[in-house]
Amino acid sequence: MASAALGGDVTGRAPVVSPRGGGGMEREPGPEGARRALGRWLEAVLASRGQANAVFDILDVLQSEDQEEIQEAVRTCSRLFGALLERGELFVGPLPSEESVMAGSQGAVRKYKVWLRHRYHSCCNRLAELLAHSSFEVKELALSTLMKFVKLEGMHPLEKPKWEGNYLFPRKLFKLVLGGLLSPEEDQSLLLSQFREYLDYDDIRYHTMRAAADALARVTDRHPEVSLTFWNNAFTLLSSVSLPRQERKLSHLYVPCSGPSDKWKVVHLREHRKVFQAMWLSFLKHKLPLSLYKKVLVIVHDSILPHLAQPTLLIDFLSSAYDLGGAVSLLALNGLFVLIHKHNLEYPDFYRKLYGLLDPSVFHVKYRARFFHLADLFLSSSHLPAYLVAAFAKRLARLALTAPPEALLMVLPFICNLLRRHPACRVLVHRPGGPELDADPFDPAEDDPAKSRALESCLWELQALQRHYHPEVSRAASVINQALSVPEVSIAPLLELTAYELFEQDLRKTGPQPVPLEFLPAQGLLGRRDGLCAQLFTLS
Amino acid sequence: MGKAKAAGTRRKASAALSGARRGPPKACHNPFEVKVNRQKFQILGRKTRHDVGLPGVSRARAVRKRTQTLLKEYKERDKSNVFRDKRFGEYNSNISAEEKMMKRFALEQQRHHEKKSIYNLNEDEELTHYGQSLADIEKHNDIVDSDSDVEERGTLSAELTATHFGGGSRLLHTKTFQQEGEEGEQPKSRKELIEELIAKSKQEKRERQAQREDALELTEKLDQDWKEIQILLSHKTPKSENRDKKEKPKPDAYDMMVRELGFEMKAQPSNRMKTEEELAHEEQERLRKLEAERLRRMLGKDEDENFKKPKHISADDLNDGFVLDKDDRRLLSYKDGKMNIGEDVQEEQSQEASGDKSEEDESEGSSKEDPEEGDGPDSHSDLASDLESEEENEKPEKEHQSPRKGLITREKARNTASTELPYTFAAPESYEELKSLLSGRSMDEQLLVVERIQKCNHPSLAVGNKAKLEKLFGFLLEYVGDLATDDPPDLRVIDKLVVQLYSLCQMFPESASDSVKFVLRDAMHEMEEMIETKGRAALPGLDVLIYLKIVGLLFPTSDFWHPVVTPALVCMSQLLTKCPVLSLQDVVKGLFVCCLFLEYVSLSQRFIPELVNYILGILYIATPNKQSQGYALVHPFRAHGKNSEVLLVSDREDVATWQRSSLSLCWASGLRTQTATEANHIRLSCVAVALSLLKRCVVMYSTLPSFHAITGPLRALLTEHLVDCSRPHELQELYQSVLTEMENQKQLYQPLTCEKSKPVPLKLFTPRLVKVLEFGRKQGSSKEEQERKKLIHKHKREFKGAVREIRKDNQFLARMQLSEIMERDAERKRKVRQLFNSLATQEGEWKALKRKKFKK
Repeated sequence: MASAALGGDVTGRAPVVSPRGGGGMEREPGPEGARRALGRWLEAVLASRGQANAVFDILDVLQSEDQEEIQEAVRTCSRLFGALLERGELFVGPLPSEESVMAGSQGAVRKYKVWLRHRYHSCCNRLAELLAHSSFEVKELALSTLMKFVKLEGMHPLEKPKWEGNYLFPRKLFKLVLGGLLSPEEDQSLLLSQFREYLDYDDIRYHTMRAAADALARVTDRHPEVSLTFWNNAFTLLSSVSLPRQERKLSHLYVPCSGPSDKWKVVHLREHRKVFQAMWLSFLKHKLPLSLYKKVLVIVHDSILPHLAQPTLLIDFLSSAYDLGGAVSLLALNGLFVLIHKHNLEYPDFYRKLYGLLDPSVFHVKYRARFFHLADLFLSSSHLPAYLVAAFAKRLARLALTAPPEALLMVLPFICNLLRRHPACRVLVHRPGGPELDADPFDPAEDDPAKSRALESCLWELQALQRHYHPEVSRAASVINQALSVPEVSIAPLLELTAYELFEQDLRKTGPQPVPLEFLPAQGLLGRRDGLCAQLFTLS
Repeated sequence: MGKAKAAGTRRKASAALSGARRGPPKACHNPFEVKVNRQKFQILGRKTRHDVGLPGVSRARAVRKRTQTLLKEYKERDKSNVFRDKRFGEYNSNISAEEKMMKRFALEQQRHHEKKSIYNLNEDEELTHYGQSLADIEKHNDIVDSDSDVEERGTLSAELTATHFGGGSRLLHTKTFQQEGEEGEQPKSRKELIEELIAKSKQEKRERQAQREDALELTEKLDQDWKEIQILLSHKTPKSENRDKKEKPKPDAYDMMVRELGFEMKAQPSNRMKTEEELAHEEQERLRKLEAERLRRMLGKDEDENFKKPKHISADDLNDGFVLDKDDRRLLSYKDGKMNIGEDVQEEQSQEASGDKSEEDESEGSSKEDPEEGDGPDSHSDLASDLESEEENEKPEKEHQSPRKGLITREKARNTASTELPYTFAAPESYEELKSLLSGRSMDEQLLVVERIQKCNHPSLAVGNKAKLEKLFGFLLEYVGDLATDDPPDLRVIDKLVVQLYSLCQMFPESASDSVKFVLRDAMHEMEEMIETKGRAALPGLDVLIYLKIVGLLFPTSDFWHPVVTPALVCMSQLLTKCPVLSLQDVVKGLFVCCLFLEYVSLSQRFIPELVNYILGILYIATPNKQSQGYALVHPFRAHGKNSEVLLVSDREDVATWQRSSLSLCWASGLRTQTATEANHIRLSCVAVALSLLKRCVVMYSTLPSFHAITGPLRALLTEHLVDCSRPHELQELYQSVLTEMENQKQLYQPLTCEKSKPVPLKLFTPRLVKVLEFGRKQGSSKEEQERKKLIHKHKREFKGAVREIRKDNQFLARMQLSEIMERDAERKRKVRQLFNSLATQEGEWKALKRKKFKK
């Protein structure tokens, strides 16, 4: 069926036994001439059925190479078929093949209508091809024309309603549009952003989701190796679909109709959710490229999970992402958290895996703020065992030994908050009368927090960080010298702190008015002879 | 019952108290007269003034007083004349009768001796001897001396007047009468007489004055004459010569010399020359103080209360500039007392000497003398004296201001400079101006130009110079950046310019720190933009690195917090965490930043996680076959990145020929025209530098509590390195030494404990102490308000008292009037009764008579 839709071809200019009028209308070369000629043809076709063969001329221009000519032709087509659709000059019902009709002995009007319907069909196909045109203007114009056809076809359906109040949406045409949008070759992100405004209409959204699922299935079935462009296009389209959060009657329809019936699926959010879920699942079940994986994970908790009919269906996806390790795991956390928190997901060894996620790179990745926000959430429970919290605190402290100052400013209060929440862990900073050890009992290589022996250790790392070169860090680490104050320190403002902000803060701070100066006079660029620089570097 | 008893005892007590207060005689009051104001509660601290009263007594006292005053007044209300008794102390009972009499006598005497006449200006009283006036006797004996009357001028002696009028030795009164008699026919009125007298005395006075002036003039003239003669007689009177300048003879050499010497002595009240040890000690003391200050800042203890103005430069007196001159001069003066003057020093001294010389010239003014005279042993400091002649030849003197640390000889520099460079430069207003001044000149010339700009625009010379020099710092900084970005970078000039930057910075710390901050912000901003767009940044050019180095030279890097150094540290941290190593050049840059970082914290011994990470990364990419066990690389480095083989050396031959050398900063700006061997050598040198940095780190951080946790990955990596034997021997040794250094650091883990917080004290209800000025509602307001209220209160009380007094007065008067009326009435009644009585008796008698008549 799909192949039939795609296979429709304008060039199939079969010599039809149609009342093809005198084709004596010539046109001058150039876009200006084309415009005038197109205008003439349009008038002729609309004026009398006898001049209908001018449609071929119009469709010819649509095949042109020149960008402006194409635009003109698209506009003309839009007006032509718009008018024809409104007049009901196109054949309604299942379309018989052209030859059979022509050969048959039906009335001339029926023949004409079938013929016109075929021309309309080929025009739509051509327009769908134009969606992959190199020029954005053409693309945009083709899209808007197609959407106009969708609207008009919806108003004047080309199928016969099977029963009273049957919902008729030009699905075939719409599939054609989506097929053009989800191009495997062309990056359609700009066009998709144009398309986004149609997604505000409930029916368009519904059918987009359905058609997108179909298109995904089709493309992935056909090619085992799917191009990155396709995935990107698909993701852009899918992520721009957003369902309304509240349950309400969805009656914001693109195709105007007299009275939307309750029986239609389009008006129920539940149905929308089902389709939404089907769409995403069909997308996520494939092996996605890593960059896309991350992108999906970034939005999963916010714009996918809440709209699914059965959010638990994403468990597999998320847990496999979580098992992947690295940044992907960090990102999967967020979705997992929603599932655990709202949908009763029992995740075995969740904390153990979370513990495994803590490695030195955690302070350097882009999603640092997100990760620590979630980690803070996960560790905020006061029912966690002390050994676990102690292991987390100790590991974070150990990692802090490699962290840049902006991360330290966040992680030090984080550790202190852990100790505040769990008084049993305070032995990490306050162990009076403990034995003197000759090695740290904590085992950093151990994956299981229960076996890491963190509770027997102390946070010597924080003591080391008290000698950090940045004054704020040093101050933050010195908090453990005193008994911890009761209220927790909110780390929310510190999560997004960047080094540049820190730098700006330091610059803006004003200290004692006379700026302290070096009192040893400078003797040269590299300093004194015995200085480190002078030893290791030379100027020449 | 008990209460009454208590009240009784209290009364007794208070009675006793009041008794004690009033003294023994009043203790024996009639107990029935005593009225006690009973207090319901005893209030601690309140003084009771009216607890016991004697109403009867006080009323009686009041009545008595009124009878003495008010009643008297009342009685005399219609009387206009008064009788006043002016006898001394007549009514004063305090004075005994004898005293009174004595006083009265004295007064009488006084009255007797009072001036007889107001016109007698001289004497109050005429002393007599045998009835004759003593003054008279004196005058007769004495001849009037013109000189002696000076003492008694302004007075008109009685006898003078007397003799003038030709009177005898009589009182003035009689004299005037006599005079009247003598002048005879026209008796003057009394007034006229007096006027005449006054006029005469005045005239006399004037005459005397004129005479005295004459005498003075004459004396003066005589003095002058004498002097003239005296000068002729002798030369040896400098004092007199100084005094009269008009007749000053032409100054001869000796005089001049003498005077000069005098002036010199006065002009140079200087301290004793300090000995070498003293100076050294002083310097040491200064450095010690500065070091203490630095330590204090390093510990960051006084972050908040640091308003004490740590003045680093006080000893150098930098406010009037010429920092380096000053400094060197100081060094000179104690380093090489008289002899052994180095070239630099000589420069200095000749400058100094020339300064002296010019001063001297000025002081000598117009007088002409041989230049040799200036060479006299005491005209200059002995240090400068032997250079004098040399200085004479080497004019103009400005050319001595060449930098002290030039590499080529000073003389040469000076000569070239004197032929080419102008001596004064206007301070550049824009960077382009400075650049045009400096571009195309040799290094020494550039330095000279900068120095001259600095000197010509010294803040002490003109008002706007400060701003100009402040700007100059910024321009110089920019220039340094430009030099560093040049290809190849002109590092030698920068090396010298740093000294200038330092001195300028010492002069204007604020503006210097601002411009450095500006430069840093620029660099960071650039990097941030790159990170935002690309997610990572390339290591910046050599200029930023040079700036960072300059920050370390200009400002104390060990401070806990410093407005410039702390941002610079953050900047370096960014460089080490955000900029991936893509080439050998990046390695050199990165290592330089590491080195800088380490140097920044060399005094404060602070911990830099980024540095350890970076060195780990550098050593990692130098490892040939990576296993990556026991350590994890952090950000700019990746385990399997495409640039992870930048530092690999495969050529055996190059390994063999490598000589350890220090890295050149020029490589950081661009490595070109290198053979593979050279590149390999640089690679090996980089590894060596990284190892020595690491070694320094290890030594520095060995005291950190989690030293082993910090160096764990490095140890793992180094052991991996050691396995590989394809490295030069020297490098291998270095590896080994670092590793053993690490392993030697044995550490004991002390369990952490919090500092004992002070126990929270129990809440105690300590009384709140408020100053009570007066009882009542007058608390809790400002002092002025309290004062005002107090006054109002006082006024009210006084007013009430006055009203009460007036009322009592009225009552008293009314009582008096009533009693008067009553008395009068009673009198009248009595009189009427008397009349009636007499009438009755009369009537009776008359009736009796009548009855008798009837009887008869």
